[in-house]
Amino acid sequence: MRYITYLAIGVLFGIIMFKSEAASWFRIYEMFQFGSFHMYGIIGSALVLGVIGVQLIKRKNIKTLDGSEMSLKPKDKSIARYLIGGIIFGLGWALAGACPGPMYVLAGAGYLSILVVIGGALLGTFGYGLLRKYLPH
Amino acid sequence: MNWINEPWPWYVAGPLIALVMFILLLVGKQFGMSSNLRTACAAVGAGKAAEFFKFDWKTERWNLMVVMGAIIGGFIASNFMSDNTVEVNPKVAQQLSDDYNIISGGESYMPPEIFATDALNDPFTIAILLIGGLLVGFGARYAGGCTSGHAISGLSNLQLPSLIAVIGFFIGGLVMVHLIYPLIF
Repeated sequence: MRYITYLAIGVLFGIIMFKSEAASWFRIYEMFQFGSFHMYGIIGSALVLGVIGVQLIKRKNIKTLDGSEMSLKPKDKSIARYLIGGIIFGLGWALAGACPGPMYVLAGAGYLSILVVIGGALLGTFGYGLLRKYLPH
Repeated sequence: MNWINEPWPWYVAGPLIALVMFILLLVGKQFGMSSNLRTACAAVGAGKAAEFFKFDWKTERWNLMVVMGAIIGGFIASNFMSDNTVEVNPKVAQQLSDDYNIISGGESYMPPEIFATDALNDPFTIAILLIGGLLVGFGARYAGGCTSGHAISGLSNLQLPSLIAVIGFFIGGLVMVHLIYPLIF
């Protein structure tokens, strides 16, 4: 039953990503060219509601459906890992024109080439796992 | 029933993304679309090679279900809810055509110059896609999250680390599009 819920959440997410065109290579390119408000509007409006909602959750101490704490742990403090990791991610995001969520959406939409990107992302994740202890965090 | 086929504007999509995040919080999870890559590595035995993948991946199976859902959602949306075009800014489409010979701006969802299956006959295209993917996978884990985990989840929770990561995403993206694209395409 739980797994059906996660599947349904994924379907909803996939439809939103595709229909909002956030999964389109062109929209990502256009965003980095500052050619349209579209992507900024998506992220910005999600964020405004997200900040308000998370504040409400904290103030009213809202719990998950089964009564436990929500996963809102503060992230570990660091600058190097977020900045360097972020820049590496950004380079890839703009080069492939897709970030992790949309990759799967595009695979479902039938763009077979995206499987090369997904394969690359798996290798990149594996590479990080191997090199982790040598990197500044 | 126009709303089904028309693209969804940002003020519909953004709030819906926030909704997805809150549903996941309600069921006790965190919104993030890249940790499934770690789960997938662990599931195929990467734990033998690196400590990072030594965890009980079965507890993280839920994010593989979300991935499956996203694939199904993409299939449904592209086949039944879209004409598969994206009306980008005409100036951007023109620039793509002038500078990089990508002439499909405004007429397709993804540029066939890069994403048509035929384009894979060109080793250069394979390299672009593979390296792009590698950087995304490596960078997302190094930064501890991607667009959903940092730009949406983390910033919603007012996390300074997420702000640093998002600034990094944009530095990387801008450098790629403005400095590296002209060199490689």
